[in-house]
Amino acid sequence: MALDDNSIFCFSPIYRLQWEEAQQKDVLLYPEGMVELNQSSAEILKLCDGSRTLNELVAELEGKFSTSGLRTDICEFIEIALENGWIRINSD
Amino acid sequence: MAGSESIQISKPRWLLAELTYACPLQCPYCSNPVDFASHGNELDTEDWLRVLSEARSMGAVQLGFSGGEPLVRQDLSVLVRHARELGYYSNLITSAYGLSEDRIVELKEAGLDHIQVSIQASSRDLNDHIAGTASFDKKCEVAHQIKKHGYPMVLCVVIHKQNIHQMESILDMAAELGADYVELANTQYYGWAHLNRDNLLPTREEFRKAEAIAQSYKEKMKGRMKIYYVVPDYYEDRPKACMNGWGTTFLTIAPDGMALPCHSARILPGLAFPNVRQMSIREIWEESNAFNKFRGDSWMKEPCRSCPEKSRDFGGCRCQAYLLTGEATNADPVCSLSPDHDKVLDAINSAASHPQQQKEQAVIFRNPENSRRFSS
Repeated sequence: MALDDNSIFCFSPIYRLQWEEAQQKDVLLYPEGMVELNQSSAEILKLCDGSRTLNELVAELEGKFSTSGLRTDICEFIEIALENGWIRINSD
Repeated sequence: MAGSESIQISKPRWLLAELTYACPLQCPYCSNPVDFASHGNELDTEDWLRVLSEARSMGAVQLGFSGGEPLVRQDLSVLVRHARELGYYSNLITSAYGLSEDRIVELKEAGLDHIQVSIQASSRDLNDHIAGTASFDKKCEVAHQIKKHGYPMVLCVVIHKQNIHQMESILDMAAELGADYVELANTQYYGWAHLNRDNLLPTREEFRKAEAIAQSYKEKMKGRMKIYYVVPDYYEDRPKACMNGWGTTFLTIAPDGMALPCHSARILPGLAFPNVRQMSIREIWEESNAFNKFRGDSWMKEPCRSCPEKSRDFGGCRCQAYLLTGEATNADPVCSLSPDHDKVLDAINSAASHPQQQKEQAVIFRNPENSRRFSS
């Protein structure tokens, strides 16, 4: 799937992302299952709320972690998240 | 205990709340115990609210409301609301029979995350025959309403000799009903299914054919509907990693408050399972003899004890070992390394040679009358 600078991502209504105190981790919850997330994956997913383009998402995370060159890693994870159906490309 | 090996106890992740053994259906492969009719005395609302809170504080995050038929409980939405406040992901596991649109909305509003609907077959006649109740049309109607109100929906179809030939039309039906996931659950032979095994266990050839169809749909439906395929363990060479290991992940609370490491475990003799009326979830999980009984691997016999795969499958299923060999500490006889593996092969042969014309009459439906008859 081609990711465009202006692609906007929405979190799938089937999944729920929440912090689990017992595991000290963010987790993705879905019917009868759970995925444990590392910190960077969780940070990316939290920004997939339909309000940012890919460019804005990358800029926001680079700003948050005071670094640059995150784009490749972010796109790699977004491809995985799309493939798994955790997020969708908002085609509006 | 001095001298005993110390085992790291993990936290429960999954709480299965079996709210009641009452059910309007009579499926002959029901996972409830055969003697369910003798376990009345259901927990009340306050007990369940406390169980939900205690298990959540222990780390449980996935919650299944099951039964019997959980919709029979009039306090279901009270429990769902509490579960949502505690941060559970709550799954309603239902026959959908008796689910009105008003109740679908009420449960959504209370915070229910997902509904799993069981359908017994892809045709009305067969569904209604297996369920022992005319329910097919109602189930289809409810499935459409569940999607209309924005729930994720899993369609669960238990697969056995009488419906395995419908694999293709079952998958078409699931797509038509808008299921997000379809669970093709090959029957596991405990409880009622064990009682009816000769009538339910398909042949190897039937399995191969059905599995090939399921695999081709996995590709075809990619991105639209996910297919979970629960393997028929009688035809495997190695046992399933049952419950991800005893007392590691799963906690079942039966309708009468009995706490179990899996929903079949109450058949195991001599374990004196604890009850939430007498003990807290923490005491049950960490301290009770029953939950510690098969933790780790010091209980194992050969061939499991020295097996390099023991950390992968934990010796398989304790209930299956007990049901087929009479001894819960034996290797699960599904394993080809088990000295009792011939018992699985005998079961396969017995089902294959079971005369066709007798099958219909011989099925024992799951209902209170049969429960009393077959457990006395």
